[in-house]
Amino acid sequence: MGFNWTIIAPEIAVLVTGFVILVSGLFLKKGRNSILTAVSFIGILVALGLTFKSFSLTDVSFQGIVIGDRIAFFFKIIFCLGTLLTIFAASTYVGRELKGLSEFYILVFFATFGMMVMASSTDLITIFLGLEVMSIPLYVLAGIYRKRLRSREASMKYFFLGAFASGFFLYGIALIFGAYGSTNLIEISSRFSFAGGASTFLALAGIALILIGLGFKVAIAPFHMWAPDVYEGAPAPATAFMSAGPKAAGFAALFRIFTVFAPVLNDKFTSILWILCVLTMTWGNVLAISQKNIKRMLAYSSIAHAGYVMIALVVGGKTGFSAAMFYLLVYTIINIGAFAVIILFAGREEKFENISDYAGFGFRYPFAGIALTIFMLALAGIPATAGFVGKYKIFIAALNSGYIWLAVIGVINSLISVWYYIYVVVTMYMKPAEAEHPPAMAFSPTLLVAVLIALILTLQLGIFPESYLKFSDLAGEHVNLITVFQSIFNSM
Amino acid sequence: MEWPILTWIVFLPLLGCLVILLLDKTWHNAIRWTALIATSVDFILTIILFCKFDGSNTDMQFVVGPFPWIESLGVTFSLGVDGIAILLVILTPFLTAIAIASTWTSITEKVKGFMISMLLLQTGMLGVFVATDLFLFYIFWEVMLIPMYFMIGIWGGGRKIYAAVKFVLFTMFGSLLMLLAIIKLYVMTSPDPLLRTTDLMTILNMKITPDLQVWLFLAFALAFAIKVPLFPFHTWLPDAHVEAPTAGSVILAGVLLKMGTYGFLRFCLPLFPDATLQFVPLISILSLIGITYGALISMVQKDVKSLVAYSSVAHLGFVMLGMFALTTQGVTGSILQMINHGIATGALFFLVGVIYERRHTRLISDFGGIAHVMPLYATIFMIVTLASIGLPGTNGFVGEFLILLGTFKANPVYAVIGTAGIVLAAVYMLWMVQRVFFGKCDKEENRKMADMNCREAFIALPIVIMIFWIGIYPKTFIDKIEPSVKKVIETVKSKALAGDEAAFEVYNSSFENAREKGKSE
Repeated sequence: MGFNWTIIAPEIAVLVTGFVILVSGLFLKKGRNSILTAVSFIGILVALGLTFKSFSLTDVSFQGIVIGDRIAFFFKIIFCLGTLLTIFAASTYVGRELKGLSEFYILVFFATFGMMVMASSTDLITIFLGLEVMSIPLYVLAGIYRKRLRSREASMKYFFLGAFASGFFLYGIALIFGAYGSTNLIEISSRFSFAGGASTFLALAGIALILIGLGFKVAIAPFHMWAPDVYEGAPAPATAFMSAGPKAAGFAALFRIFTVFAPVLNDKFTSILWILCVLTMTWGNVLAISQKNIKRMLAYSSIAHAGYVMIALVVGGKTGFSAAMFYLLVYTIINIGAFAVIILFAGREEKFENISDYAGFGFRYPFAGIALTIFMLALAGIPATAGFVGKYKIFIAALNSGYIWLAVIGVINSLISVWYYIYVVVTMYMKPAEAEHPPAMAFSPTLLVAVLIALILTLQLGIFPESYLKFSDLAGEHVNLITVFQSIFNSM
Repeated sequence: MEWPILTWIVFLPLLGCLVILLLDKTWHNAIRWTALIATSVDFILTIILFCKFDGSNTDMQFVVGPFPWIESLGVTFSLGVDGIAILLVILTPFLTAIAIASTWTSITEKVKGFMISMLLLQTGMLGVFVATDLFLFYIFWEVMLIPMYFMIGIWGGGRKIYAAVKFVLFTMFGSLLMLLAIIKLYVMTSPDPLLRTTDLMTILNMKITPDLQVWLFLAFALAFAIKVPLFPFHTWLPDAHVEAPTAGSVILAGVLLKMGTYGFLRFCLPLFPDATLQFVPLISILSLIGITYGALISMVQKDVKSLVAYSSVAHLGFVMLGMFALTTQGVTGSILQMINHGIATGALFFLVGVIYERRHTRLISDFGGIAHVMPLYATIFMIVTLASIGLPGTNGFVGEFLILLGTFKANPVYAVIGTAGIVLAAVYMLWMVQRVFFGKCDKEENRKMADMNCREAFIALPIVIMIFWIGIYPKTFIDKIEPSVKKVIETVKSKALAGDEAAFEVYNSSFENAREKGKSE
């Protein structure tokens, strides 16, 4: 059992990029923002390339705490894509509002590193480390717009509640260690095959606490309270970043842990998940309706989307896993795309962040208007966009395993969501423009690239999703790969 | 390989869209002409399709595909047209061309966006009528909502936002449950995820237990009933029709509503025969309520446009009544009546638009005696009105007669109540015509109104021709649809009768076992 460095090559690339920016940020003065963007871009491309190289890997290394399987591969693709889009969408904003603060990029890269660790580790302690490495930069990112009171408030709130959630997660690990004498998922999974003597109660309590800890990060009701305030207060690019990748990372860890513990998860636990799932979808969608601030609205919508992914979590297994991964990919693309347009529309100092400010924008900024329309329709799950295919796959998973009511509730929730997504489009195109002309939006080529990439992917995944679906199915096949590696612990 | 004429028919408007995208937004006339030409060429293609269509063949013709499209979801790209759809396929570009031509002077702002919406809408509608894959059908069905929504919301009048949002939410509500039913059917095609498909032909050969049929029928029927609209799901219709711009109303009434009735005929009847037989009384009674209720509400309307809108509820009630008689005459009449209603009501909305452009009002009380100042307009309006109420010699008569004949065979009581509805239709339409066109022309503004100009007359001409053609020699059209209709009815009856319970049990238990296996994986 050696050290297979190729498994964690993408992580290393991301970390190195973070440090390069950290050091170069000290020396660069003039025009450093564009240089930092370029460095970030190259760094993320390298990480993406290394991830693709690791596709055929199936290996566990570093004393069985890191796994290289297609699930990790797929999630790393999601994170790289999310980071790439965030950097492009944020570049001009960072230069203008944050005076080219290099810390923004550094924090984004460190958080991405944390997410990757979360998705590829097979030990609860490593998952926790990944969680913290991801979360702490996010707390700072939320407060990086120091001039704004609300940004600082968001940061504090996020930090206090996040620290609290981490406590739950740690306590859960402790209980599980008490039940099985190990924190390693592979080792624990080997216990199920013979012993069966472990205390199920202790394990269930541990998993429940872990669910709370991670449920906080992915914003499932009733642990979602931080999301609206933080999304609203944080600067728009930071919100874009934290709404996509961290959610995927949290779900990656949840899925991994739940698949391992599937043998002890009884029907009661599934029905609790069922209730949380329905609560999350409904709560998010219903509260999103009355929001006036677009970032706050998208915060509630992100809660609702976490609910859709939870349908796949309830279903579990191969179909659930691949449906969830595909959905998270789709959601990352659409959501960051939507936020990119919001960054553009917000103007200087984020003056325009209420939905009512968008009156008449559809015709004033034709391209951005059409782009935001498509992103909103995609979030609502209208066909010919990626959002539809994602939901379709999740509903197939639900009906395939007989969760008919879950699917029906999901569908009704989609309908509710149409209402508030469409409202944005209504405001842009059908409400008369405000008399006071807002200042011309600063044209930004990088932002345009971000919107274009997201737009093309949204349509491509909506109309020709075959190759991506196949990838997610292939990744789903690795759902029980962990058990293959049990032997390394027996031989130790 | 044969030239895939159906693919061209469906996607030609999309091509027109791309051309318009390249044009500058101030070149209004170029944009209008491009749209009109794209639609007209499309119309000519559908005429070629009609001429080459073999009426005696009851299978899908001009089949495209099935090409694998999204393999991991079992989705194929497959198109085909049979006797049920052929007339609707022609009607769509016919009415779209009329609608586009009618906007020359009424839509003067944001012309580019309007024409793009119009052409996207056309692709969506044509796709719905020719798709033979459930997933593909659903995509077209939903995609078509968006341009219509923009059309009402941006170019509409009065409470346009309310009408647009209501339209989208109502239709989405129905179609999302249909989506679940489609997924259920897809999951049932095979226990092995890799062998599943949404191809209609495969699903048609599947046996479904009567219990499950009821649920699936309801899910599909809700989507279609909202679209038709069947009483009591009709409340979106008056809002959408009245607030939409003229061209939008023409398309809404002319084609969009037919997608609901078409859906019943294409999916509900052959897929769920047992459930269909079970629901015949319910749907027939709802249709009869719709016929009577629509007529009574129309009678008290003050606005010509909302009168025409409510009359659609009554007319579509006839279509549904004939269809659920499940007799050859009934269903044939029902298909013919879809076309008739499309032509007549589309024309009425267009004609209402003509006077609205001149007077900017649609209230019946603002007019009176305008036959004196606009003789040509009055003549055409009269012809269309008579077609709408089903005077012998016009198309409306043929359709309604066949429907009532078919219904009488199945259930005389329904037919008697339905006939009363025709009388009511004559009352509200003729009463409106009398108040608008005859009597003294005592309003100063009305005296100055110009009669129809060349463009408007030219638009009305094909409508009048079609009214009389179908009215006097319907054989051209009936020959093409009747064999397919017979086949559908046969399928429904034979499938429902052959309800071999034992076979169901065996099939189902094997399926359940396979599913358990899949779960435990």
